[in-house]
Parts: sequence; C-alpha cells; structure tokens
Amino acid sequence: MAVKVGIPNALLYYIYYPLWQAFFNEIGVQVVTSGKTTKDILNNGVREALADACVPVKIFFGHVMGLKDRVDYLFIPRVVCVNRKTIYCPKFLGLPDMIRHSITGLPPVIDIRMDSRQGYFAMLKAYTEIGSIFNASKHSSFRAYKKACRTLNRYNKLLQSGWNPHEAMSLLRKPGSLSKPPEPSLNFAVIGYPYNIYDSFISVNLLDKLRRLGVGTITTENISPLLLAWQKNCGLPKRLFWTFSDRALKAAHLLFKQGRIDGMLHLTAFGCGPDSLLNKFIELEAKKYKNIPFMTLMIDEHTGEAGMSTRLEAFVDMVKRRKEALACLK
Amino acid sequence: MSKITFPRMGESYRTFKMFLEDLGNEVVVPPRPSKRTLDLGIRYTPEFACFPLKILMGTYLETIEMGIDTIVTSGGVGPCRAGEYAMLHHKLLSDLGYKVKMIVIEPPRLHPFNFYKSVRALNKARISIKGIIAHVKRAWRKLQALDNLEKLSHIVRPREINRGNTTKVYRKALEWIDQAYTTEQIVEAESTALEALNSIPQDANRNVLKVGIVGEIYVLLEPASNLEIEETLGNLGVEVEKSMFLTGWTRDNSWNETSEGITVKEAASPYLPELIGGHGRDSIGHTVLYAKRGFDGIIQLAPFTCIPEIVARTILTKVSKDYNIPVLTFFLDEQTGKAGMNTRLEAFVDLLKRKKQFQSGIESFTC
Repeated sequence: MAVKVGIPNALLYYIYYPLWQAFFNEIGVQVVTSGKTTKDILNNGVREALADACVPVKIFFGHVMGLKDRVDYLFIPRVVCVNRKTIYCPKFLGLPDMIRHSITGLPPVIDIRMDSRQGYFAMLKAYTEIGSIFNASKHSSFRAYKKACRTLNRYNKLLQSGWNPHEAMSLLRKPGSLSKPPEPSLNFAVIGYPYNIYDSFISVNLLDKLRRLGVGTITTENISPLLLAWQKNCGLPKRLFWTFSDRALKAAHLLFKQGRIDGMLHLTAFGCGPDSLLNKFIELEAKKYKNIPFMTLMIDEHTGEAGMSTRLEAFVDMVKRRKEALACLK
Repeated sequence: MSKITFPRMGESYRTFKMFLEDLGNEVVVPPRPSKRTLDLGIRYTPEFACFPLKILMGTYLETIEMGIDTIVTSGGVGPCRAGEYAMLHHKLLSDLGYKVKMIVIEPPRLHPFNFYKSVRALNKARISIKGIIAHVKRAWRKLQALDNLEKLSHIVRPREINRGNTTKVYRKALEWIDQAYTTEQIVEAESTALEALNSIPQDANRNVLKVGIVGEIYVLLEPASNLEIEETLGNLGVEVEKSMFLTGWTRDNSWNETSEGITVKEAASPYLPELIGGHGRDSIGHTVLYAKRGFDGIIQLAPFTCIPEIVARTILTKVSKDYNIPVLTFFLDEQTGKAGMNTRLEAFVDLLKRKKQFQSGIESFTC
C-alpha cells in the first residue's frame, strides 16, 4: 500500500496544492486532503487553537485534526520566502511548531523549510529533502519537481485567465470541462487572502453570492505577477513585508489605477495582523478614487450568513443605482 | 528652529533627550501616555493595529500640539509589523493634514547608508564623527545606569518594610541620573542612586516569589502600557525579572549578537527554530531559561493581535507543561483595566504561593 501524506485544505493549499500533489504523486506517494471546511472542522479548530489566533489559523488546526488519524505523514512545510523579497506572515513561519506543540497524537510532520533567499537552488533542495523522506532518489525527486512546476505553471495560467482555484483545479484534471460564464454587468475586485476568499465556509460563500447578484469578481490571483511587480512599492518608502499583503496592496493599486472595476471589497479576518496595515493603506488609497466605492468585510468564526448577505446586497444595489444614475446624466 | 520628538518607552526618554540635545536639536519630551493619548491614538489608527502603534499615534498628536515638526523613530525589516509603523504614522498624519518630517533609523548592519543619512539629518550642530561617538558612549552609559536602577528596584520592592518606599526613592533617584551630564557625573549619580535603593529598610527573611516577565518589548518597557505591572507585583511581594531591557535589545539588534542573545535562541530552538519576528522566539527562550533557573512563574505580556506572541503563546502551553512552570498571558490593549489585571495577578500569585508551599512541604507559608 502506498504511503499516505495529508495536506490540509487551508492556508497555502489554494496556492501550492497542484504543485504538491503532482510532486508527491510523481514520487509514488498518495496524497490525502481534508476536504472542504465544515462546521465540525471549525469547531475542532476553535477548540484546539488559541483564542487570539485568526480564523484561517483556527481552521487550519481543525483540518489537521480531521486528517491526523487517516495519514502516515502530515505535510506542513515552513514556507518562509519564495520570491527572495517578501516573507510570509509570522503565523505561517511558526505554523509547524504551533501544530506540533498543541495537538497530540500527530503522525510525523514534514516541516521542511523553504526559503529562496538561501540560494538559487534552495527550493529544489527543499523538495529533494522531502523526496528523501520517502526514499526517492535525487534524480527522481528532481524530475518530479520539474513536472510539478510545470503543473503549477499551468494552474497559474488558468487562474490568470479568470478562473478561481476550485475551477482551475478541476480544469487541470479535466481540461475543457467548464465553460466561461456570461459577461456580468458589474465587476468587483475582491481583495484579500486566497485562504479567506476561496474557502467558501469562512467567507460565507462570498464569491457565489456575488455571482448570484450578477457581479463578476476579480481577485489578486487573477492578475499577472508582472503587472503586480510593475506597481513597485505603491508609493511607500518600504514594501509590506508579507507576501500576500504585498500582493494584495499592489493589486488594489493596479485595479484602482486601471479603473475598470465598479467596486472594491476587502475581505479580512478578525484580528489579522498584516491586514490592520493593509486595510488602512487601501482605505487611504481609495479616498483618491472617488468613483470606485470601497467596502471592508470582516469575518470571524461567528460570521452569519444573513448579515453578510444584507451588507453585500446593499452594496451591490448602491453601486448599480449609481451606475444607472451616471448613465442617465450622460 | 525645528522641534523634534521621539517615541517614549519607559524612562529611556531621559537619555534620548540628552543625546538629541547634544546634537543641537530642540527637543520636546513626549508626555507620559495618558487616557487622552489613547483616546487620540485610537481615533485614527486601525482597530487591529497593535497597542504600541495606537499609543505612539496619540503621543505624536499630543506633541504636534506642542509644536513639533520632526519625529525620530525606529525602523525595522520585518516580519514584525513595527517595522512599517513609521510609514503608516506618516501616512495617517499627512492624511490628517499635518506636515511632519519623519526620520526613521534603520538597523545600521542592514542599511548602513540609510543610517548615515538619518544621523546626518539629526546632527544639527554639525558635530564631527568622533564627537558623535563620544556622545553616543555617554548616552549609552546613562541608559545602562537607568536600566541598572530599574533592575535593583525590582529586587528591593518586594522586600521593603514600608510599602511604597522603593517607588518614592526610585523616582527621586531617576532625577539624579537625569541631571547628570558628563560620564563621571552619570557614574556618580548611578552609585548614589543604587546606594539609596539598597539602604531602604528591608526584611531579609521574607519568602519572596520570583517571576520572570517575557513578551513584546514596548509593552514590557512602557509602564503606562502594562499598567505598572512590575510595581503591582512588587507590592504583592514578588521579585520580578524582565527579560528585556533597551540596552540589551539594542546591542543584539544593531551590531553583533551577544552571547546572551545566542543562549536564548538555543534555548528556544527545540520549540521554535525559526525567527518569527518581534519577540516570539525570545519569549519562548527566556521562559525555558527562567524555568531552568528555578523561577516560580512566568508572565507574558503582549499587545492584542501581536502575531509573534500569539505563536509564542500557543507553544508556551507545551513549555509550561514540560518544565512545570505556570505561565500567565496578558494581551494588552486600550480596553485592559487595571482592576481586572490586579485580580488576575493576585490570583496568579496566590496559586504560585500554594504551589511553592506544596512542593516544599512547609505548612505555614507567610508573607
């Protein structure tokens, strides 16, 4: 029987899962995921994690709880830096340690450190090290990594052509199985972290709700990294230190400048450290663009479906009316 | 002439004031953070920004009323949020319509040119490099004197016979050091001050508990933000040791790491091998070291939503179990009340006393 490695469907899952899955499959290891977030997972997470942690981290705890008895290894890499410039949030840096020291009865945790600042081949080295845990030779690890990178590239291309991660993952498995939805009348930017936006349980179905209201969405992942890099430091003396925050701020600046969107939503988790800065910077920038309404949505483990719907409907109605009024004036 | 101010952190302002005046600046000493400072601060800052950011915003707004136009503050390279605060403060202040110049001092090891530029901007009197070094040395001596005095006050306070004596003498002694200017004067003021503290009538036989305080540097060092926790603990008959002082921290972060810093890192490495910014790893390392030195308990202080301390707190649960040492955590923000904190501290101290009593088997443990 093949060795089973568990990957929780939370945090970095939405960014790197295709790469990890392809890599593990290539070296002959079976990948098990924890599935969609459910009420039970959330409750487990809330019970295990510290009360002051943010929801995504609590949910991560819940996913680990759901996985730990079904797998031989848990894959929780310590991803520090992948672009040689920005690092991940301190909670990502200490994630394997937090899990290991607060949940009992865990299978061995694979917590390889991934830090591209250590050298050009740092990532490759990290993956060969993972391979060596499963007795894969350096050569086969290298081949698997190469193949996995190609898969990730395809995945990112799908994201940049407007699909969301769930759709892109099923398109990777079965190309051409989905057709593009019709062009919506309104387009919103949804700024925030992928693990909040795409987890339909934490975000209370935000993307689906918007789609039902006839609003198309664009997220940070849908924008090409080159366009983001072109924003430089967004007029600040220093860049934001954290990868996701830096990307989100750049995306917000770019979308404001392009002016093709009808509104901007910022989805943030209660008590999120980096977001306290990011939200203020976006808010200050939004003041300069009076024609694009901006709203912040805050979520936590108590977020209710009804409250969220009301706020979204009101916002969408307001934007619609404004657009109609402007059309009449012309 | 431009008026300058800086963030206030405990008693260290006495040193910074002297140093900036030596460089030919007109200095406005930031007032001690009060209710008003906080009210001003929280009005304009993000809700989930950490406590230091809010206090500093309030301080800046208060000093702007006093006519300052330049702020000197520290920078940083992450992953702690504090490194971005100067940037956010500047943006918020200019959004409010205040034109203030920010001089951000980055760590000289990583940004030597930036450091040089900030020093040049501060050097209004055009002092030579040699002169600046002499001033830095003197300021450093004063900072050490202030730290030494505070350390001694933590040892004397729980043993004093008349409550409140130590605090009174300590306040007086701070003024002596404040007025000292040359190195000789500082050394003399320091020894007189230490002597004065030592000569406070003490009860040598008193059974005193030892508690280590770990956590984030700002809330550790600014008594207004931690609601004078050391004083409260001292009055409860607890000897306090703070894990961090400005002198030690600056040495670790500006040039070379001291052996002390490396020991802490090693102590923390079985639990947290990665630097996660702020003082998360230090909190864990110090807890391990204090436990090994036989302390009775640990108190962790952290601003609300501080990411590194949340990670540390999650792991400290395990450390506490492994070393059998109780850990109490306070997440501080503008909502923290002194009475609630005192109740928790009293309960914690009572538990520590019971535990000690139980372990030593002594029936009557009196304090």
